[in-house]
Amino acid sequence: MDIEGVPQEGNATLAGHRKLMYARDAEGRSVAVGSRGWEAEEIVTRHAIEVIDAQAAEARERVRAGAASPLEYWMYQRRMDVALLSQVTGFWQWRVRRHLQPRHFAALPPRHLARYAEALGLDVRQLRTLP
Amino acid sequence: MNATAPTLPRFEHRHAAHCESGVISNMLRHHGVPMTEPLAFGLAAGLSFAYLPFVKLSGLPLVSYRMPPRAIIKGLLGPLSARFRFETFRTPEAGQRRLDALLAEGRLVGLQTSVYWLPYFPPDMRFHFNAHNLLVYGKEGDDYLVSDPVFETPMRCAAADLARARFAKGVLAPKGMMYYPETVPRTELTQAMVAKAIRRNVRSMLAPIPLVGVRGMRRLAARLQALPPQEAHTVDYIGHLVRMQEEIGTGGAGFRFIYAAFLQEAADAVAMPQLVAFSDRLTAIGDGWRAFALKAARIVKGREAVDPPRLAALLRAQADQEEAFFRDLRRAVA
Repeated sequence: MDIEGVPQEGNATLAGHRKLMYARDAEGRSVAVGSRGWEAEEIVTRHAIEVIDAQAAEARERVRAGAASPLEYWMYQRRMDVALLSQVTGFWQWRVRRHLQPRHFAALPPRHLARYAEALGLDVRQLRTLP
Repeated sequence: MNATAPTLPRFEHRHAAHCESGVISNMLRHHGVPMTEPLAFGLAAGLSFAYLPFVKLSGLPLVSYRMPPRAIIKGLLGPLSARFRFETFRTPEAGQRRLDALLAEGRLVGLQTSVYWLPYFPPDMRFHFNAHNLLVYGKEGDDYLVSDPVFETPMRCAAADLARARFAKGVLAPKGMMYYPETVPRTELTQAMVAKAIRRNVRSMLAPIPLVGVRGMRRLAARLQALPPQEAHTVDYIGHLVRMQEEIGTGGAGFRFIYAAFLQEAADAVAMPQLVAFSDRLTAIGDGWRAFALKAARIVKGREAVDPPRLAALLRAQADQEEAFFRDLRRAVA
């Protein structure tokens, strides 16, 4: 890649930061150049974020409708899924899935709620509600 | 740069393409070793490819374009005959106490952290990736002075946030991992060192293991080929490949460019002019990875038809080129 090839497309996902890349100057020497971002990167990052934002939005609706516990909303809001939430809390995945149901969530003892709250970086009161 | 405590020597933050090679080269330079990021990456034989379908990130396979976390640091210790200390902790409190004590001694400390919990990262880049390296060079009040090499300037991070990032759980959980040099002898760079590091990297790229090196690329190509074009999951998968390549860390192309810079630097430093042509060739291969990423991104955006076999063919072409490249490189340093 030549210096002129270093993308300067101003990715929104970089929020004004620059990434360093190694490119070739006119004499063919490797030089370090700051990049304002590349469209290809922005597209896939936005795509991944949109997927998870959509999951959070759907979860919010389900919570409102009484079909899911607020835990499901917060899980997606924190960019996690069942597998990751299971890893960070130490609950088995099947238990996490149960706790996504309002009935089982309501029956959680305080120490289990505290485990979820800790893993999600929330306090227990927030975990029980939608923002 | 922020003012540091008077006991600390002035630390020079230098922007890097990759977090781990950036931290280690900044740290070694601080200790008087004339180290650059490409040199650190190359001497540690950091270039790689791995396709690990059984490790899932958000339900999609782990694809890596470089060696696993900490491989660069550990890979550098041998060639430099340096000794580092690595420590992990059971509690955030213990981890913070130790960090504060080391900073009070005037040391630089490298840390493994989760990107998601570092507030200075742009929101769109905050994913649960647990192997991000940064360096702490001081503390002011409740803020740590952080040299995060993928940022242009030093950052600050509140103690509670840093503790959370250091003790995030899940895949590659850092457990408060910290590292700092114990002894750093001034080792002269020699032809033998460079040749040995290159041979080591050639071995890993051409390893007879189906999931790593060029064989890993071909295995991933076969998986890609088989994806049904109509399903939404396929688009997610393709987008994920590019994210693993370009967003998380430095990028598949980016690592090729770092290694190309290493070959050029080494060619000059230890008079191995035969490496210059290889540097040019690897740069061209890196451009091929960028073309692959761009095509994949256009598919995700809906500007091109979802065509997994076409992408798989591009990937195989990359594998063929890298295989030929590393075979020739091995002959050049034999």
